[in-house]
Amino acid sequence: MPANRPITPSTLSIKDLLWQILWNKDKCTLCGSCTAVCPVHALELGVFRKRVVETSLDLNPASTNVFKIYHGIRQKTDPQHACVGCGMCTMVCPNDAIIPARSDESDKLIYHQNQGGQPRRRGGRRNVVGGILDQIKFIRISMLTDPALDAGRHEFELRTLLGRILSPEDNLKYLKENGWIPPVREIYPLVIGGMSFGALSPTMWEGLQMGVAYLNEEMKMPVRMCTGEGGCPPRLLRSRFLQYVILQIASGYFGWDEILHALPDMKADPCAVEIKYGQGAKPGDGGLLMWYKVNKLIAAIRGVPAGVSLPSPPTHQTKYSIEEAVAKMTQSMYMAWGFRVPVYPKISASSTSLAVLNNLTRNNYAAGLAIDGEDGGTGAAYNVSMNAMGHPIASNVRDCYLNLVKLGKQNEIPLFAGGGVGKTGNLASNAAALIMLGASGVQTGKYIMQAAAGCLGSESDRCNICNVGLCPKGITSQDPRLYRRLNSEDVAQRIVDVFLSFDTELKKIVAPLGRSTSLPIGMSDALGINDYHAAERLKIQYVV
Amino acid sequence: MCRLFALTSETPQSPMVALEALDIMREGHDGSGVGLFLRDLAGPFEDIKESPILSGIFTTEGLKRLDSFMMNLGFMTKYKLSIRVPKDQIPGVPERDFYLIRAYEYPKEWEGLCFEELGEKLLLIRLQLREMGQEKEDMIVFSFWPDVIMLKEIGDPLRVGHYLGLDRNDLKARVVMAQGRQNTNYAINLYACHPFFVEGYSTMTNGENTAFIPIKEYLMSRGFPGYTGFQSDSEVFTHILHYTIKKLGLGVDAYKHIITPLQGEDLENHPNSDFLKHLKRTCRRLIIDGPNCVIGCLPDHSVFMAQDRKKLRPGVVGGHPGYYAFSSEICGLDAVIPDRDKSKDFQPMYLDTVIVGPDRQEITICQQTDPLRLQR
Repeated sequence: MPANRPITPSTLSIKDLLWQILWNKDKCTLCGSCTAVCPVHALELGVFRKRVVETSLDLNPASTNVFKIYHGIRQKTDPQHACVGCGMCTMVCPNDAIIPARSDESDKLIYHQNQGGQPRRRGGRRNVVGGILDQIKFIRISMLTDPALDAGRHEFELRTLLGRILSPEDNLKYLKENGWIPPVREIYPLVIGGMSFGALSPTMWEGLQMGVAYLNEEMKMPVRMCTGEGGCPPRLLRSRFLQYVILQIASGYFGWDEILHALPDMKADPCAVEIKYGQGAKPGDGGLLMWYKVNKLIAAIRGVPAGVSLPSPPTHQTKYSIEEAVAKMTQSMYMAWGFRVPVYPKISASSTSLAVLNNLTRNNYAAGLAIDGEDGGTGAAYNVSMNAMGHPIASNVRDCYLNLVKLGKQNEIPLFAGGGVGKTGNLASNAAALIMLGASGVQTGKYIMQAAAGCLGSESDRCNICNVGLCPKGITSQDPRLYRRLNSEDVAQRIVDVFLSFDTELKKIVAPLGRSTSLPIGMSDALGINDYHAAERLKIQYVV
Repeated sequence: MCRLFALTSETPQSPMVALEALDIMREGHDGSGVGLFLRDLAGPFEDIKESPILSGIFTTEGLKRLDSFMMNLGFMTKYKLSIRVPKDQIPGVPERDFYLIRAYEYPKEWEGLCFEELGEKLLLIRLQLREMGQEKEDMIVFSFWPDVIMLKEIGDPLRVGHYLGLDRNDLKARVVMAQGRQNTNYAINLYACHPFFVEGYSTMTNGENTAFIPIKEYLMSRGFPGYTGFQSDSEVFTHILHYTIKKLGLGVDAYKHIITPLQGEDLENHPNSDFLKHLKRTCRRLIIDGPNCVIGCLPDHSVFMAQDRKKLRPGVVGGHPGYYAFSSEICGLDAVIPDRDKSKDFQPMYLDTVIVGPDRQEITICQQTDPLRLQR
């Protein structure tokens, strides 16, 4: 540290940071790639002074010491430029001379990420590793009378329904009388959750759309993707591919002007409309697109000026209560598409989820309920909301399902669970566990970013800078220099890989359970867990 | 695995015929239990077709409780078939006081009620008796319905039949269903024994219903008291049959569209595609899974067989006009109707429901891809 540098309260040393950059002078070629690629400019050229003792074997000249300089990397220590651990430096280094390492103790940086009175905001997930979903096992293997099904060769019906399903009696009656029967979509049970155009880069979004279209049209898998709150590109709105899209409307109503204006030109109805009331990553808080990412294109689609932060309000401002919101918004959305498109709310998992659900059971328009647990991801939120707020998805979806069972409406209102599905990479087993706890399907976003685009973020607080648009992989950036790193075609290919492998894994789970004729929604007898209290809470078997 | 045998015959048959068929197929069951369902009764029951018959097993104390309970309701005994419990017990069969088969006269106050109303009341009484019996373990009630007798016991089917002297002239029926059980749990509960019965509908199954829990939860939330029990994962087949016909007003050919609906192109190309799609969606929680061969009997005395979506269990139907049998294996059928034209035997596959109607003149095959014809 230079002698003239003052020590302020927020002056930190490298040791105080969460990530320390290990640099090997011997291997470094001084090419400068790492400093160029670092998204937060944590690295700068370092000019180091070094004393070298030059000893002589002769009497003359005598041994001496000289001061030399050498060049290398210096890690910045101010909070704004603290290393985020993304590891892009390692990725670009031709000689493997550099790697960030996580601190061996809790960092001191955390106390200083509120400069200027602004609490920390970031992207990613709750910074807690693991979760209960990974502990759930599938224990009811058909060994007694059932010849095991063959996941590779047998026929499997693994689709699910999205839409309000009437009771058999009512449905047959209305069918006979030509009455109105709510629209129902038969879709794949793994839905790509709402990640907006804006939160994601254009190349990422395009890649997702291409992958989804390929899965539908070439692989005959009815995969659906939710837009998140940010509207939808005009050309997509006017194409047949809209049928693979779930349009999301949220409290900022971003992009809805464009969507409503496109209504007369739509060639296909969207799959559904999701009204977002809450999000698992930041329950009770609205969407957030920080100004860094609001460029001209995003601003045009969303109908806002460029370069301003877009915080959606926590609530739908025009409504007094969720009951009113659900009733009025759902009905007006139904009306917009001539009652042909299912409309359902999405809420953050909460101890009040049951109240919302009970309300929906009495509203014949509610096409389902999406519940997003505390482990859900986000492009931008306050750190405190992400880490401390929210409810785990497993018990929440279980409570809701059992409540529907009590009411006899378990087939009428499909529940979609999200939040931490595939958090540790176990996408299929997490999804199957939630389905057997009672979900009709699952939503996942973060896993898709990780698997299909190589997102580096983790719950060890690695990277997580989606909010400022500096995504080093170009997934959540609106800067062409960054998002050009991501090739849409490659993303599409990976999406197809993800869904095909998920499909095989799901079959590898349900086949041994003797299930192939329908998705095993609520098949709780198949589940076991080695945690007694969790077993009691989830009403599944305790196994050790 | 269990083994199933059912017959429908113009000439009344002894239940022993079915038990002998089960004995031929004994490699497929372990002799741990037997269940019998008799309908379209002959002999002394021929003239009292309207009277409800209570079938069950009672202790001496239970019988006393039954008598006072029924008397209080105003039921009078009209006819009883006494099964004398032999002194010498056979191994494996528990000691019982009474096997009861008793026809009742309806209470006077019930006069003028339509059959539907009578049925509802009979169901509630059966359920009440079952509950009373479970409380004190002194009564086991199988059915309480006109023209139906049921009997279930632990032990080897044929030996139990001989032991109870079922080979008697006053116990014959035109429809007999029998199941030879393979015990899959140690504590044998007779309520887990097939065939199952609710309001005139009865089924028995060979297999394992892996979708049992969601189906059970759905049936229990239908608000119908008869959907109860669930000691066996196969009991739901009876309930679903009842639900299909009684609650939804559909024919038996719709049953398979509910338990194993068509998929993909088959569904798209079906002449009743729209109707079936709605049926599949709304009855989704009633879709069964796993290997299952279901044999059932309807109130009109039709007998049918249906297979699971992948036809993972054996099953064959054959016979000649006037006498048809449904059997898990061909050897069972051979033993009972050897003189049939074997080339006309039919083994239903994954899309088929095979029905022999009340006239017992032919085997009707409903393929799921055919237009629905029995829709009411």
